[in-house]
Amino acid sequence: MRLNGTDKKIISPVNLKIFIEEEKYDALKIAVEINGSIIPRSEYASVMISDNDVVEIVSFVGGG
Amino acid sequence: MDIRLNGKRYECAYSSAYDIRKNLFSEEDIIIINGFQISDDCTLKDNDEVFVISRGVMPAREQLEKMMAARHTPSVHNAVKKGFVGIAGLGGLGSNIAVSLARTGVGRMLLADFDIVEPSNLNRQSYYISHLGMYKTDALKNQLQQINPFIKIETCNIRVTDSNACELFGKCDVVCEAFDSPQAKAMLVNVLLQNCPEVKIVSGSGMAGLSSSNLIRTTRKVKNLYVCGDQQSEAKQGNGLMAPRVQICAGHQSNMVLRLLTGTEDV
Repeated sequence: MRLNGTDKKIISPVNLKIFIEEEKYDALKIAVEINGSIIPRSEYASVMISDNDVVEIVSFVGGG
Repeated sequence: MDIRLNGKRYECAYSSAYDIRKNLFSEEDIIIINGFQISDDCTLKDNDEVFVISRGVMPAREQLEKMMAARHTPSVHNAVKKGFVGIAGLGGLGSNIAVSLARTGVGRMLLADFDIVEPSNLNRQSYYISHLGMYKTDALKNQLQQINPFIKIETCNIRVTDSNACELFGKCDVVCEAFDSPQAKAMLVNVLLQNCPEVKIVSGSGMAGLSSSNLIRTTRKVKNLYVCGDQQSEAKQGNGLMAPRVQICAGHQSNMVLRLLTGTEDV
C-alpha cells in the first residue's frame, strides 16, 4: 500500500481505525482519503485497508 | 491615438505621459500606465490605460474602481471579481487573508466567526484597539469596506459546525479554513470534502513560533484540499503565534485562492 506517497508493507488487511492509532494519528485531527474517496469518520471502524490501497492521511496542528 | 484616460476612452493628441499631465493635470499628480506607476516619462501607444490622479486624495468612486482594476491585469481582475470565497474563522489567518483578497478585488466574500475582538488578538490579527469588543465579522467588514468599497461582503456570526458548514459554504468557489483548533480544522475539511465536491478548500496548518519562514509551503493533499503551513509548528505554551509566520501562511492561502480563481490548480 501507499501512505502519504510512500510505500508501506502490510501483511494482512488492517482496520482503518487501528491503522490510524498505530500510525500515531489523532482521529479527531485528520482527514482520510483511500483510493480517491474521503472516508467519513463514522466509517473508520468498519473500513479495511488492503495491499495496493493508496491512503492519504492529512493531519492538522493547532494555530491560526 | 486612442487611449483610456482615468477610465474613459480618450482621443489623445499628446505623445508622452508627461505631456498629458502637463497639459491636462497638475505637475505633482502621479501617473499609472497599464497598472504600473511610472517615475520617468514614456511614449504613449494605442489602447494604453492611463490614470493621472492627485496624491493622497480620494478619487471619484468610478475612477477608483477602474484604477484598482488597472492595477491588476484585466484577465486577473475579471476572474477574481466573479469569485466567491468563504473564510471560516477570522483570527490571524482569516483576517489577513480577507484583507489580501479585498485588496486584490475578490468580488464576494463570506466571513464567518462567532467571536469578538480580544486584546490578545492584536499581536497578529488584522484588528485595532478601536475594534475591541466588536464582533470580528463586523470589525473586519468595516476594514474591508475601507480598503475596497466595490466588493460584496457577507458576514455570519456563528460557530461553524458539521451541521451548518455545507449550508454556509456550499456555494463558495473556494473556502479558506482559518480556524485555530486542529479539531475544528479537521471537521470543516471532512464535511466539505465529503458533501461539497465543487468546493475547493485552502487550509492552514503549522505556523506558530519563529522557525524559518521558508518551511511554510503550499501543498495539494487531495484533489480539492490544499494545505499551507509547515505542517508541524503547533501553537502551544512556549511556541506562540506571531504576526510574521501567521501572515506568511495567510499569504500562501490568499495566493492559492487567487490561483484557483484564475484557473490554476497547481500549487
